Amino acid sequence: MEVIRSQKRTASNDVVSNPKIPLYLTAPPLEVRLEEFELFAIDRLRVLKGVSDGLARGKNPKEMDDVVDALWKEHMRHSDASEMLNKDIISHFVIRLVYCRSDELKKWFLSMETALFRHRFRLRNFEAQRAIVGEFGLPYKAVTGAELESLKERLGQVVRSLGQISPSVVNDICCVSVCFFSFLSFAVEAVYYKVPFEEVPDLVAGRRVLIQKGHAFVAGSQLVSLVVTQFRSHISKALILTNRKWMTTIREREKDRLTPIVEALSTTYVGPDYSQSNDYADISLKDIDQVSKSSFPLCMRHLFEKLREDHHLKHGGRMQLGLFLKGVGLKLDDALAFWRAEFSKKVGSERFDKEYAYGIRHNYGKEGKRTDYTPYACQKIISSAPGVGDHHGCPYRHFSEDNLRAALGRMGLSSRGMEDVMDKVRNKHYQLACTLTFEAVYGTSCDVGINHPNQYFEESQKILKSKTPAAPV
Amino acid sequence: MTREEIESREDESMMDAPQINKPKPEEFFNVNYLRIYYGKSNLFPYSDIHKWLSYGHDGKHPGCDEYYFGRREFSFTLENDVYLRYKSFKNASSMEDAIRSHFPYKIDIGAVYSVDPDKRHAYSQTGSNVFTPVERELVFDIDITDYDDVRYCCSGADVCSKCWPLMTVAIKVIHTSLTEDFGFKHILWVFSGRRGVHCWVCDPKARRMTNEQRSAVAEYFRVYKGNENNARKVALMGYSLHPFLARSYVDYLKGFFEGELQATQSIFSTKDKYEKILAMISDEDIQSELRGKWENSARSSLSEEAISLVRWEQLKNTLQSKKHKAPTLRMCVEEIVFTFTYPRIDLEVSKQMNHLLKAPFCVHPKTGRVCVPIDPNNCDEFDPLAVPTLSQLIEEINSGGSRMDVDDDSDDSDTSLLGKSVKFFRSSFLEPLLKSCKEEIESSYKTKIGKSKDSLSW
Repeated sequence: MEVIRSQKRTASNDVVSNPKIPLYLTAPPLEVRLEEFELFAIDRLRVLKGVSDGLARGKNPKEMDDVVDALWKEHMRHSDASEMLNKDIISHFVIRLVYCRSDELKKWFLSMETALFRHRFRLRNFEAQRAIVGEFGLPYKAVTGAELESLKERLGQVVRSLGQISPSVVNDICCVSVCFFSFLSFAVEAVYYKVPFEEVPDLVAGRRVLIQKGHAFVAGSQLVSLVVTQFRSHISKALILTNRKWMTTIREREKDRLTPIVEALSTTYVGPDYSQSNDYADISLKDIDQVSKSSFPLCMRHLFEKLREDHHLKHGGRMQLGLFLKGVGLKLDDALAFWRAEFSKKVGSERFDKEYAYGIRHNYGKEGKRTDYTPYACQKIISSAPGVGDHHGCPYRHFSEDNLRAALGRMGLSSRGMEDVMDKVRNKHYQLACTLTFEAVYGTSCDVGINHPNQYFEESQKILKSKTPAAPV
Repeated sequence: MTREEIESREDESMMDAPQINKPKPEEFFNVNYLRIYYGKSNLFPYSDIHKWLSYGHDGKHPGCDEYYFGRREFSFTLENDVYLRYKSFKNASSMEDAIRSHFPYKIDIGAVYSVDPDKRHAYSQTGSNVFTPVERELVFDIDITDYDDVRYCCSGADVCSKCWPLMTVAIKVIHTSLTEDFGFKHILWVFSGRRGVHCWVCDPKARRMTNEQRSAVAEYFRVYKGNENNARKVALMGYSLHPFLARSYVDYLKGFFEGELQATQSIFSTKDKYEKILAMISDEDIQSELRGKWENSARSSLSEEAISLVRWEQLKNTLQSKKHKAPTLRMCVEEIVFTFTYPRIDLEVSKQMNHLLKAPFCVHPKTGRVCVPIDPNNCDEFDPLAVPTLSQLIEEINSGGSRMDVDDDSDDSDTSLLGKSVKFFRSSFLEPLLKSCKEEIESSYKTKIGKSKDSLSW
């Protein structure tokens, strides 16, 4: 794959316009514009993060099919089928390059791409599925004749053992209408493949196949397991090779061109950036204390309380809270007044003007290179490393269990709600924990999930204002 | 034998050990005995263990990997719970030397790694030279304390002849599945020394399984999903049992439940006991119906066992006629049988390659019993309370009954307490395993040579 500047792309002869899922076996001989390099990747990242979110929320396979369908249509679709395929392939390879660089990134990428592949496969019809299976070139044969006869009774037992009453689970098992009918009548399917049991671990784990002498007998409708295992194994190996190539040649060679883009992409936040505050969020200084209690997420509430208490915050805290307040609608003059009022109590107003005011102005883009800094998203906050004397970071990650429970208690969570939140924390789903907190505090569900403190604030304000339109909240 | 006779003997097997007194019956285990056991007494079968874990890589064939044994992790647990991990040995004699210098209370066997565990810090964490497990037997651990909610004779660390049959049934179910369903051939079952069994599946295919595949097999075996919060800990959904469960039920579980289990546990005989079973029936009317029958018949003159059997029949009949009421009743009878009898393996032990497991022929510090192999085809005969203890072995040496040379294939070793176990280990497990390993080494070597020959021809 060649990355070029602003030249028209020439499509290779490999591209075929049909609804195939590419297997990403080799980087295609396509040319990519530098702008597209990044943009395509960001769109695919939105899809992968949507998948991650759906899985973390415990959606069942059928729901995930719908999630993937919607995400793909929203971010990856193109009227021209060959353009769509190009974007699919290019974006995958770019993200592979980005996410091969650490074990944590690799693991995430592997899980999400595999899940994406699984659900895209399930959405295809049987013919398309068989074609995809064919592309893997697996040496597994269909079982026929006498062997099939001898297995029929037990294959039937397997089918019946999976029988459930609820239709949603029926859909879960079958993805093809032919199978649906034969399933209901508990007949054995027409086609079974004899594969080593190691190739279909999820079917083995769920006792969804007959196993004999090390072979699993996989029904046509269960092919997804087989191909997903293959896909996963291939991507896993590819990630290692890509990483090696990156470390040895690409990173250095591309240090002025692709490397900065690649390094930035792995921490890219793909939502609104809250650099422009909107109607809901023009707050004034006199309301700020009340607003901090009613609408701030836990991380900002903690920083705010500590600032009021200590009349000081270290740099990390000033950045995290300061930018948040900017996003919330605090104007520069109000911000300066706010911080001066607090800091003067500790260091005096002269020292504040000398040492701290500049930083605040810098945040608002009035100094230095005049970048209007954007408030931190959860991802950035979670990955920060607060040290001694710091109060920034994500409480769900950085607080001890006792401290977190105390803080959640002060936010008004019941013990039941707290247990749900702590459960998410234990599983390292910090943003989900915050989302659950939001849901518990406001008594409403938040399907999108919290991934930005300013989003938490805005959603909270929306709810509170809808309850009492006139009063300040 | 009197004290004077012992002390006056020139006992060659006591050469390295300090002078010991005649063992008190209650002292099953102590450091001195351990030193004898691992010392020159020829009790612990060092060379058999080494041969096993070398899997044929004995350096006698060009296709052998002479460093294979050296990449295996061992861990020692010493007196005072001092724990030494990542130990590795170049060969049998360095393993012997290490054991003889530490006399560990417990020896665990880990995985074969990509490099010597001893030297792991010399290798980076990323890139191609990473310290990572590459082979490890597929292992299972079954502990009778996991059955405490369904055994009434003992609890906790105790085990007796009434509840041990649960382990026997577990071995049968799992062993049959490992051989029939998964096609494994080289399986070693070992007594854990106190209250459970371990299983080592040593086929090459098994040793190369990934964590995901191990997890899949463990989940395949998993049926019981219990904790103190749910009453119905086995939920068999669907319209029939999966063939593996059906076979286990028909061949082993049903008979055991209706026969031996009723006799030893009498699971219906008191109100406490039968309420637990009634809670597994998800229909209040049926529960009340049965409860009514049983409360009234409490003053019967029948034995506990007979009462239990009668009530079981009543339960079956009632459920048979009423099972169409709800899908959760469809296999309620089977669920009850599974709850009481089906194997409960420790999933975490099986799922990860780097999990350590106690070595066979270790001695359990709390009981002094040796972790001897169990013959899966004869597991009914195995009695955990008849397993040789350390003190019995020492006494056997003292009495000079048989020459403790387990390398000697003469009839003597058959009659010694431990000799029988070692002989079984060798003939039933080790020899077939090594034969198959050597065949594999040879054939893969031939393939490699063949390939390189091809590459030369043009």
